[in-house]
Amino acid sequence: MKTESTIQPTSQAALEITDLGVAYESTWVLDHINLTIQQGEFIGIIGPNGAGKSTLLKTVAGLIRPTHGEIHFPTAQGRRHPVGYVPQRFDLDPDLPLRACDLVGLGLDGHRWGFAWPNSQRRRKIEEALAQVDLAGFADHPAGKLSGGQLQRVLIAQALVSDPELLLLDEPLSSLDLASAQTVVDVVHRVSQELSMTVLLVTHDMNPLLSVMDRIIYVVNGQAVIGTVDQVVQKDVLDKLYGYDVEVLRLRGRILVVGDETASGDAAGFDHR
Amino acid sequence: MLFPPGLFTLEFMQNAWVAGTAVAIVGGVVGFFVVLRGATFVAHAVPRASFAGAAGAALVGQSSALGLGTFAVLSALGIASISRERRHGVATALILAAALGLGDLFLTIGHVYAPAVFALLFGQIVGISTPDVHAVLIVSAITVVLFAATFRPLLLQTVSPHVAEARGFWTRGLEVWFLLLVSGAAAAMVPVVGALLAFSLMVGPAATGSIIGKSPLKALGWSIVFGVLSLWLSVWLAYLTFWPIGFFVSGFCLLFYAAARLITRP
Repeated sequence: MKTESTIQPTSQAALEITDLGVAYESTWVLDHINLTIQQGEFIGIIGPNGAGKSTLLKTVAGLIRPTHGEIHFPTAQGRRHPVGYVPQRFDLDPDLPLRACDLVGLGLDGHRWGFAWPNSQRRRKIEEALAQVDLAGFADHPAGKLSGGQLQRVLIAQALVSDPELLLLDEPLSSLDLASAQTVVDVVHRVSQELSMTVLLVTHDMNPLLSVMDRIIYVVNGQAVIGTVDQVVQKDVLDKLYGYDVEVLRLRGRILVVGDETASGDAAGFDHR
Repeated sequence: MLFPPGLFTLEFMQNAWVAGTAVAIVGGVVGFFVVLRGATFVAHAVPRASFAGAAGAALVGQSSALGLGTFAVLSALGIASISRERRHGVATALILAAALGLGDLFLTIGHVYAPAVFALLFGQIVGISTPDVHAVLIVSAITVVLFAATFRPLLLQTVSPHVAEARGFWTRGLEVWFLLLVSGAAAAMVPVVGALLAFSLMVGPAATGSIIGKSPLKALGWSIVFGVLSLWLSVWLAYLTFWPIGFFVSGFCLLFYAAARLITRP
């Protein structure tokens, strides 16, 4: 478990969020969020269901318009869509006439006009992206017949191939078995190291990420606290965030937050598999 | 005799071959996204709704092609404006029923000779005039070109709408755009093969192509091949037997799909 951030104070901010608020109708889903993420940081966005963590990620991705506040990408230098977004997993029809390379190709040039005619340069870029997620040789595999973990990694390759400044992943570990989830975590971690990619990853279970996260953003009821795991996942910090008494248990290298209202199994840190 | 005289030489047969081929291509092309998006009900409703436009055109003394096109576009926009994102079912059903009701009203108050309008259900492929063929070719060509130009954004939005949105696409706009392509195909197809066969040609060949072709371009290619093949065989057999062409087109569309399903069954 990392005890302090490995990020050098000299590094540049990749994401600055200032006084962000998101409201649906008259309910504030997020309010007064202020965060600065450094270039190359691996950030876990943790919190119970319905806390607003996916909303936070989607707002950074540009899928949700903030009600107030600013989101700024200092390293993007005016690039219009600097993020690579990996959506929450969806099921594909087994008959879908798409191969893994077609999904990745859509990340490369899906915004362009016309057809994607095969060419060797395009193919090489796609194969490199698949190799980055340990799926070399899967280019021609039918997309609808990939396993859950493989599809998740193809979607990561789809985001990486556009050479983004930030990689945003929405619940990439949900409904994966432990081994597949670990593979996804390893792949994202390696990518973040090799490309010094800034990563924001939403999950309701922080445990698989404890060894790879630089800092976490803990979201409860639309409020967020950022810091290292040891700074944030503390009884006094979480009591304030939840607004009532919780217990933080550290057992055999795992962290459990007990007392969460949704604690029937989905509490942050509960292993419900 | 397998190829009786006149099959390729009579003017109305030449028109049938040309217009039929054009609508088979446009159906196979637009059908690719109809099948990929699971929007078969829309492909059923838009051609049917456009048929009501022909009745309206007859009432006000306009050409039925204009009425068809107008109603195809209006029904597509209607479905887009009142449906929830990507869930067209309820909106499509209500728009379809309302359009058919409107068509009935037009026929009643206009005392239009109904069989001429009802012929649009099964088309009049051997009754198309040469100027009609030109109109069909133009509408088909425009639809296919617009389809080809927007192929990748549509594919991206179909497969993962959130990624498309993160890339800055207005996904709702692409949704409307897809429905407009369906209405373009319907406007080209209904005068030639009728509303029911337009449905068949927009769904069958594309579904077969998606089973056989493993990549988007191959699936699209096969979709066009099966559409054109179904139509050519049908025109030929209808000429031989004097049986209705609708029987053959709908039959081949089903047959090819069933065969592809059974052959590729694991």
